[in-house]
Amino acid sequence: MAEPMTLSEKIWEAHVVPSPQQEQARRAALVESGVTDERLLEERADLLYIDLHLVHEVTSAQAFEGLRMSGRKVRRPDLTIATADHNVPTADRDKPWPDPLSIQQVDVLSANVHEAAIPYFGVDDMRQGIVHVIGPEQGLSQPGMTIVCGDSHTSTHGALGALAFGIGTSEVEHVLATQTLRQARPGTMAVEVNGRLGRGITAKDVILAIINRIGVGGGTGHVIEYRGEVIRSLSIEGRMTVCNMSIEAGARAGMVAPDEKTFAYLEGRPYAPKGKEWEKALDYWRSLPTEEGAAFDRIVTLQGEAIEPFVTWGVNPGHSIEVTGRVPDPDSFEAPAARDLARRALTYMNLKAGTPIQEIALDRVFIGSCTNSRIEDLRAAAAVVRGKKVSSRLRAMVVPGSGLVKAQAEREGLDKVFLDAGFEWRDAGCSMCLGMNPDILMPGERCASTSNRNFEGRQGPGGRTHLVSPEMAAAAALAGHFVDVREVLR
Amino acid sequence: MKRVTTVRGKAIPLNRANVDTDQIIPARYLKRVERTGYGPFAFEAWRKDPGFVLNDKRYEGAPILLARQNFGSGSSREHAVWALEGMGVQAVIAPSFADIFRNNAFQGGLLTVELPDEDIDYLVARAEELPSAEVVVDLESQTVRTADGGWERRFEIDPFRKYRLMRGLDDISMTLEYEADVAAFEARRPGFMPTTLP
Repeated sequence: MAEPMTLSEKIWEAHVVPSPQQEQARRAALVESGVTDERLLEERADLLYIDLHLVHEVTSAQAFEGLRMSGRKVRRPDLTIATADHNVPTADRDKPWPDPLSIQQVDVLSANVHEAAIPYFGVDDMRQGIVHVIGPEQGLSQPGMTIVCGDSHTSTHGALGALAFGIGTSEVEHVLATQTLRQARPGTMAVEVNGRLGRGITAKDVILAIINRIGVGGGTGHVIEYRGEVIRSLSIEGRMTVCNMSIEAGARAGMVAPDEKTFAYLEGRPYAPKGKEWEKALDYWRSLPTEEGAAFDRIVTLQGEAIEPFVTWGVNPGHSIEVTGRVPDPDSFEAPAARDLARRALTYMNLKAGTPIQEIALDRVFIGSCTNSRIEDLRAAAAVVRGKKVSSRLRAMVVPGSGLVKAQAEREGLDKVFLDAGFEWRDAGCSMCLGMNPDILMPGERCASTSNRNFEGRQGPGGRTHLVSPEMAAAAALAGHFVDVREVLR
Repeated sequence: MKRVTTVRGKAIPLNRANVDTDQIIPARYLKRVERTGYGPFAFEAWRKDPGFVLNDKRYEGAPILLARQNFGSGSSREHAVWALEGMGVQAVIAPSFADIFRNNAFQGGLLTVELPDEDIDYLVARAEELPSAEVVVDLESQTVRTADGGWERRFEIDPFRKYRLMRGLDDISMTLEYEADVAAFEARRPGFMPTTLP
């Protein structure tokens, strides 16, 4: 009998292009044609077929240019989809955009995808939005698929049981030209979150707890499969939040085995299979979960009951602590490099060791990004702010992940809840996650953000980012400083 | 792909852990549609500190960068590789690299050399003490050595990657040799897999 396999191994195996026989025949042909021994070196990386390629404006221009220079064409425009998200302003879109370079980059994308006949959700399309929000929303991201995008948060799509990972621009060009990618086989890692989550504890806290445990390089070279009762209990959107930040632990990808929730989420979405194809797809999807007895290279276990709301205090997503805690003392870090980094982090963040997290006052609150901008995130944040007012000391904004999320929220009256409370209600895009559109922090401003990276300058030069869940961000917006959302919900 | 064999020159003791791609090249500089022109903006925020090692004239023109674990973490932006190359860096030596960065570096012909922390300790101390001292990274023999020959370490690299780097082979043209296999794979893909057509 064949060795039991994990979810990621099954998807990998199913996408290796040359069969062993084909590979052998190819090598034999090379020998026949008098090729030197070196050319026959054993290739350690596999050639994988890519089922879906998501394209956005920032990492694709040079790839299309490369194709043009070498006279190559896009092999499968019908397995490729594009949108503009990183550069787009999230207000006053009908007015001229402030940055001519942003206009140029989106224009270049539009021209490139037009030339290649790649379907495109442009800025005027209702379906435009953050690339990792629209893939699942449209039902394009499905179990058992290989999905790539020139963006590290592509791991988000793993929530549907797909093997999804970020690539660089040269790899984008390779996928455009060949619909394949050469990749070294990753290790397998199980992160099990057992038990139950307490009230007010979210998917964001789960992933921050995981990164806190394994570190920002803890998943390097591995695909993480999130398992256990807590993961199963999360909604598909919650699983997206967890998988989204897999890269923040250094992992190649993150994924959750498909289950009935996955199928219910997908059924009826525009690009989901229909009729007989749906039945066939279900059979395939049900065959995917990790088999009993399959071995992972590494296993990490967390207990759901022990997870509290997390807040980051430093300059990477591993620099986090429970909301009931205090800013740590850099001297408490053992490794010299970590100690040095913690020291520089406190200087950059202008924080003193020992300060209670709940005494940290804020200037800005940002609810949005591919981590936390879906309808459930907005509902959860709205539930905290309903009928209350944003603190007069800060500016707060909500940026839905897509035009369709925005429309849905407005149907539910969430826009009114946020606007009445004093939040700005904006158009879909990456917004203040990464400081490449008009939404940025001013130097020295401190922000509670539902995004994924608290790197120095990430939200604008000199800006200070604290990562939290949408509920924690909403509660902080009302108080003007961090508070324990569990107290607010009580 | 650029052909790479040997990198020889001064080494910059950056000596930091978890250097992320937002530090290497901030997002606001990713709006160019070319592969060049990023060098002047590399490490822009850290360069504002006059004491930052890249502001030290003694390391000007150094082609080797010494860093700590998890170099290149964060975003998938290949602009990080283009920015390092734009500032003249041809090899980065660190105990570990982020996966996507390592792939991108390979595509751009920027060498990523993994050496254990104690070897980085030695190279950093030496670069700090003798900024003009040269280091040689030799891909053929898979070694890092001091130019005076007094110290040498071997590093590991995937043999096929080494083969391609040393010849500057184009990945896409190599994959296109698999055209028949790709077509056969496409013929057996299940019909329920989605297309993006409207």
